[in-house]
Amino acid sequence: MPDKRLPLWEVFIRNKRGLDHKHAGSIHAADGEQALQYARDTYTRRNEGCSIWVVKSADIIASQPQDEDSFFAPAADKIYRHPTFYEVPEDLKL
Amino acid sequence: MTDTTALAAMFQQRIDAEEKIEPRDWMPDAYRKTLVRQISQHAHSEIVGQLPEGNWITRAPTLRRKAILLAKVQDEGGHGLYLYSAAETLGVSREELIDQLHSGKAKYSSIFNYPTLTWADIGAIGWLVDAAAILNQIPLCRCSYGPYARAMVRICKEESFHMRQGYELLLTLCRGSEQQRGMAQDAVNRWWWPALMMFGPSDTDSTHSVQSMQWKIKRFSNDDLRQKFVDQSVPQADHLGITLPDPDLKWNAARGHYDFGEIDWEEFFRVIAGNGPCNHERLSARIKAHEDGAWVREAALAYADKQRQRAQKAAA
Repeated sequence: MPDKRLPLWEVFIRNKRGLDHKHAGSIHAADGEQALQYARDTYTRRNEGCSIWVVKSADIIASQPQDEDSFFAPAADKIYRHPTFYEVPEDLKL
Repeated sequence: MTDTTALAAMFQQRIDAEEKIEPRDWMPDAYRKTLVRQISQHAHSEIVGQLPEGNWITRAPTLRRKAILLAKVQDEGGHGLYLYSAAETLGVSREELIDQLHSGKAKYSSIFNYPTLTWADIGAIGWLVDAAAILNQIPLCRCSYGPYARAMVRICKEESFHMRQGYELLLTLCRGSEQQRGMAQDAVNRWWWPALMMFGPSDTDSTHSVQSMQWKIKRFSNDDLRQKFVDQSVPQADHLGITLPDPDLKWNAARGHYDFGEIDWEEFFRVIAGNGPCNHERLSARIKAHEDGAWVREAALAYADKQRQRAQKAAA
């Protein structure tokens, strides 16, 4: 007998054309098709979306908070990646 | 310093700086436990809260009112689901949460243990119960736990329709016949005090308040929110031409607030303990719905499993 619990799915919704899909929450469903239907009923009762993605929560690979420093810190000291690092004549509208 | 005390200090620092705590962050066990208790209790309240109103869907007086009530009850189901999934980010499973509700280990708001005797009750619930819920919920949009705060933002956006439809319903009754006005007054008489109890015990008796404030799960005291509710409800009742059932209710110019009578705390604790008018009925209805739906969940899983096997065979 397979596991009797309905798996967890993460729901991403595109508000309107031109915008990114954004994480809305999660739902339980037996398969992808049912997950889409449940996501529609749960997260788009007031025209909040025109497109939905669902992905099994177990399939998401996430960075860990304890790795935050080693993972993201190297970007912090590279201030030359920002335009404000450079001194240029102000009146030239560069 | 041990690792835990250092982590606990960092955790509180983050909260003091108004940064959110996210699911994979380190958090004290007591914070996790408090949140699971509070979020699941909140989710259960939404789910059980569908029952008193569902009672009137088939008997709504017009198609317009029926469509509105259906949408409201569906919202409450949705709110329950947002909150269950927020609770699940803390490592508790949906099955555990539902078991805790059904076994009586977890509580839900005691307001839903009162019966909906007439159609006017649907108006009184929207106007008073949903208004009280909104006052409790708005500060939770800034709660320190990210998933809970995000669920609350979504819920609060949807909740104001609930209150407005209730007020409009009562307004319609109050502009109607003598009998309809009487029905509205009777409903308010029965719901006013239980609505005041929704803000929880008085601050002096509230067991969880101090720690929850420090963790920024809670932002305002029970008594402050209750006062706000009374102050906003009085002019709304006046406009309806309805009398709030409290002889001690009067404006206090010195305080700039309405004074109101003592709440019957004995009744509050009696209903919480399981001895309200509908506790047994509500819980049995939930358990029956869950058990009657078991075959649907099993069939959906069996179907998904069969489709998966077919797809594997076709690929092989």
